[in-house]
Amino acid sequence: MKSIIKIENLCRSFEVGGEKVQALKGISFGINEGEFVSIMGTSGSGKSTLLNILGCLDRPNAGEYRIDGISVKDLSEDELSTIRNRKIGFVFQNYSLLPRTSALEQVELPLLYNNTVSDKQRHERAEQALLQVGLKERMRHSPNQMSGGQQQRVAIARALAADPVMLLADEATGNLDTRTSYEIMCLFQELHAKGKSIVFVTHEPDIATFTERTILLHDGNIVNDAPVETQSARRMLEALPG
Amino acid sequence: MKTKNLIKIAWQALLLNKKRAVLTMLGIIIGISSVVLMVSLGQSSTELIRNQVSGFGTNLIMVSNVRKDVMGVMVGTENMKNMKMKDVEAIRKQARHITKVTPCVTAMEQIVSGSHNCPGVMMGANVDYLSISNSKIDKGRVFSVQEEETAAKVCILGQTVIKSLFPNGENPVGKTVRFGKMPLVVIGTIAEKGKNFTGDDYDDIILAPYTTVQKRLLNIDYIHMIMATTTTEADTDAAMSEVQSTMLRMHKLNADGDPDFEVISLTQALDMMNSIMAVLQAFLIAIAAISLIVGGIGIMNIMYVTVTERTREIGLRRSLGAKNKDILRQFLIESAILSLAGGIVGIIVGLLLSALALFLLDMGFMVSITAIAISFIVCATIGIFFGWYPAKKAAALDPITALRYE
Repeated sequence: MKSIIKIENLCRSFEVGGEKVQALKGISFGINEGEFVSIMGTSGSGKSTLLNILGCLDRPNAGEYRIDGISVKDLSEDELSTIRNRKIGFVFQNYSLLPRTSALEQVELPLLYNNTVSDKQRHERAEQALLQVGLKERMRHSPNQMSGGQQQRVAIARALAADPVMLLADEATGNLDTRTSYEIMCLFQELHAKGKSIVFVTHEPDIATFTERTILLHDGNIVNDAPVETQSARRMLEALPG
Repeated sequence: MKTKNLIKIAWQALLLNKKRAVLTMLGIIIGISSVVLMVSLGQSSTELIRNQVSGFGTNLIMVSNVRKDVMGVMVGTENMKNMKMKDVEAIRKQARHITKVTPCVTAMEQIVSGSHNCPGVMMGANVDYLSISNSKIDKGRVFSVQEEETAAKVCILGQTVIKSLFPNGENPVGKTVRFGKMPLVVIGTIAEKGKNFTGDDYDDIILAPYTTVQKRLLNIDYIHMIMATTTTEADTDAAMSEVQSTMLRMHKLNADGDPDFEVISLTQALDMMNSIMAVLQAFLIAIAAISLIVGGIGIMNIMYVTVTERTREIGLRRSLGAKNKDILRQFLIESAILSLAGGIVGIIVGLLLSALALFLLDMGFMVSITAIAISFIVCATIGIFFGWYPAKKAAALDPITALRYE
């Protein structure tokens, strides 16, 4: 199995009011291709810091982070941007869609920042991604014409469009009701079944049960990293009353 | 990102806030339209003056009679007869910078050829008149020295006169025409010069030896006007003072006396008009510049607001792989579009206003490509200059903070 994420002795500290706060205290783990991993922890556990580093939005103070074999440590700002563009597909809690912009254009967005993709390819790949999340017939709609669940699907399609090595979801169900959350998790499970590698950052234990493996952070350390007894989101959805 | 796509994104962002975009552009619109208006008006009036004189050279100097009056009441026309051929000869000999000089006497009569006739203005001059007035012989010849001395009954016709007298296109050279009661042989024609800006027709002319007009038509011994030229426009000032002093000497007047003549150069008149226009234009352009700066500050202000409003979008774009320079360029292009669109509208408004103003002033309308090109460059510069700091601020945003910005 190919390793897509390799983290070794990762440290990240911040200066807050002249005081050094150690957010990550030397953690190590790896993620292989095709895994569906949840990263859990309470607020202040270092979860967000880890997410930022995994997403190449931030760099560690010490230790090694390799994504798809590339060491992030020595990359320039622009090179980090390129990594985010080619290797990572973000899904945010608040969907982060552009207002009054059609679904198709939202999904095309990451491809716009990739000069190697032609206009035609960009169109095709965006349509393909929308098809995968089941919104092909809604590609002309703008966010205000869509439900929260649909908006999050558009965001997932946007993350898929660039064909990244990993989907990085940050509390992706946090703004959704239970039913819609299950629907979204159902979609993630489908994508996982098709071979997508997914890292899901959440603080909700029941959402984590839809993944295969949970890394539990506490106070900047990994306190648990174990496989999960995966539940089917589809079945949970069907079991919901009404 | 490709520039084409950046422009598209910037354009769409502006379309999302049309009203704001239009209001932001207002300062630029006002500034640019007033610049275009001022430049158009200035150019058209300069062109008007230049055209009036360009029939002749700008190195033309004219000496004409001054009517003597007392408290605005004309006291006889006696001094209108003071200019004589000896003045012309004196100028020819003594004014070193004058290269050509001609006396001018004019007479007006009906001119007739067969069954055709029209009112004609006859200019009596010497052969130098042709080069002084920038005219060329088309057919035939100019009159000879002998014809000048003997007051020969010959004339040279301008194209407008020819059209009236010979509508069938026959060659007038060699034909006899009648000016009033006097028959004249046409010995040549003057090549077409066209009309000037105000519609004065340079081709409506009958040229004859001044002696003919003086002795045979008007029976006078004085002349109406002296026209002279210098080699170059630069010599005009020197030539003018030479002519002035020669005339004073000939008329036995003191320099501070009350002369019965005046020396005018077209350059002088043109220069005076130009300097008045220049001051006026500089003043108005200064106002326009202030309006453009205010407009630019308006753009800067709105771009700061836009950047703050769209912090989350910037964070999102950065997370999707936008580089700093992509964000910088996106916002720069946005402010440049604002400014350029304002500029285009301003140019159109300015052109419409100047067309209207010039129509009301009954002047010809002309579009200055230079003014438009400069307006464009100014707008692009304003957009980029005033858009730079907001765009820089946008590009410098930390993606993590920007993403979490509420």
